[in-house]
Amino acid sequence: MSLVSAQGVSVAYDDAVVLSHVDFTVEPGEIVTVVGPNGSGKSTFLKVLIGAVRPSAGRVTRKPGLKVGYVPQKLAIDPSLPMTVERFMHLPSRRNKGEVGEALERVGVAHLAGRQLASLSGGQFQRVLLARAILGRPDVLMLDEPTQGLDQPGSADFYTLLENIRRDMGCAVVMVSHELHVVMSASDRVICLNRHICCQGAPEVVSSAPEYRALFGTGTHGALAIYRHEHDHAHDDCDHDCDHNHDVDREHTENA
Amino acid sequence: MLDDFMARAALAGVGVALAAAPIGCFVVWRRMAYFGDATAHAAILGVALSLGIGISVFGGVLAVALAIALAILSLARRGHAMDTALGVLAHAALAFGLVAVALLPGVQIDIQAYLFGDILAVSRSDLALIWAGAVAVSAGVLWRWPGLLTATLNPELAIAAGIDPHRERQVLTLALAVVVAVAIKVVGALLITALLIIPAAAARPFARTPEVMAAMAALTGVISALAGLGTAWILDTPAGPTIVCVAALIFAASSALSRAATTRG
Repeated sequence: MSLVSAQGVSVAYDDAVVLSHVDFTVEPGEIVTVVGPNGSGKSTFLKVLIGAVRPSAGRVTRKPGLKVGYVPQKLAIDPSLPMTVERFMHLPSRRNKGEVGEALERVGVAHLAGRQLASLSGGQFQRVLLARAILGRPDVLMLDEPTQGLDQPGSADFYTLLENIRRDMGCAVVMVSHELHVVMSASDRVICLNRHICCQGAPEVVSSAPEYRALFGTGTHGALAIYRHEHDHAHDDCDHDCDHNHDVDREHTENA
Repeated sequence: MLDDFMARAALAGVGVALAAAPIGCFVVWRRMAYFGDATAHAAILGVALSLGIGISVFGGVLAVALAIALAILSLARRGHAMDTALGVLAHAALAFGLVAVALLPGVQIDIQAYLFGDILAVSRSDLALIWAGAVAVSAGVLWRWPGLLTATLNPELAIAAGIDPHRERQVLTLALAVVVAVAIKVVGALLITALLIIPAAAARPFARTPEVMAAMAALTGVISALAGLGTAWILDTPAGPTIVCVAALIFAASSALSRAATTRG
């Protein structure tokens, strides 16, 4: 059965509709990238899937006993709270020491175990969060804009890491990204969300090397791919000429 | 030994310091200093009500502190800025408390004792209550520690791990009310927040994990209580404020030490 499925999910805060009638499923082992502009409700969507936000309509079903590894968007660590990487890995429940070491090793931050969380760089912190998320072998990893603030080679490295984790551990991956056109090439599906699902499809992997290099430069070793949006509808709530170019369609999205 | 008022005072101070330390850490981590203050100020209204209707001061303070804390949370949830909700309820509770005390027919009470504490007048039954409260708070915090800590770090992370951040917040609020109720006799309503925050802040520079910080805060609190009592005895100063002064001096020393350590390298 599907790991998580959402049927007709809508979320509204006061009068603002954040999500409307979203249908979605995640199958075991697949990688789904959810893209959308700012304010498109993609973070809310992820929170609905983990159960942090209750939908105002529709239903979310999780496979019984589903184990979710969650990587939040930003974790502002208050400097008043002392916390080493090692201690953080045992939160909330104490883990096997070997398992913790292995998880840190797998994401390449084993040398940071004794460091304070507040002293890590953005990329290091992201990897520590990922290491914690893979403890206990989750069925699905859910990541909220994990590559925000990373440059293209940095994003590519993170995507490669995720791909390897999926290969080795067999978990599904649901990842939210604000990059509309450049996605993880290992994505099985890309979903474009703008309060509803605008379109979905497979990413277009640029295969020939010179063309790839022209697009993404060097240092990204095939981890990135293009997603071409095929929007065949107009939004009802558009009161202006809506050409569905989400990049410039600011008025449409920023009041969400 | 319990016949000696100084011994009772010392035991009371130690009990309150132990209960306040872990809660004080959460108050610091969650930036709830003003929230702690509001809960403590509400204690005066609790004193007035319990004297008015003739119930134990401990019970009255506990109930009112808890009610005010929950009212603040619900005002904040309904869209008032947290600052505003706190400002309104903290001072309203203090003012109503002071007025109610003045209106109580035929009751002569020393309001100073409740504002600044009266640790030298701690009775055997006060001592029993203080230690019962301290043990209850410590046990509760120990039991919920992983959930409280995870929810403090990040609510979504907690939810993904099956922890309800609202529930943890309520647990913390209840524990805070108990600390206020047991501490009012020792340092008084106006200085309870100091006993929560100063030991935790003094411990911060030398702690690498939350557990170490809580333990060091407890140690700082106990030293402040004992040294403060001793100093008050020698200098003939009010005991509650003297305890807070000692804690503040430890904080100053800790800040200076940590700055020196950073500059040296």
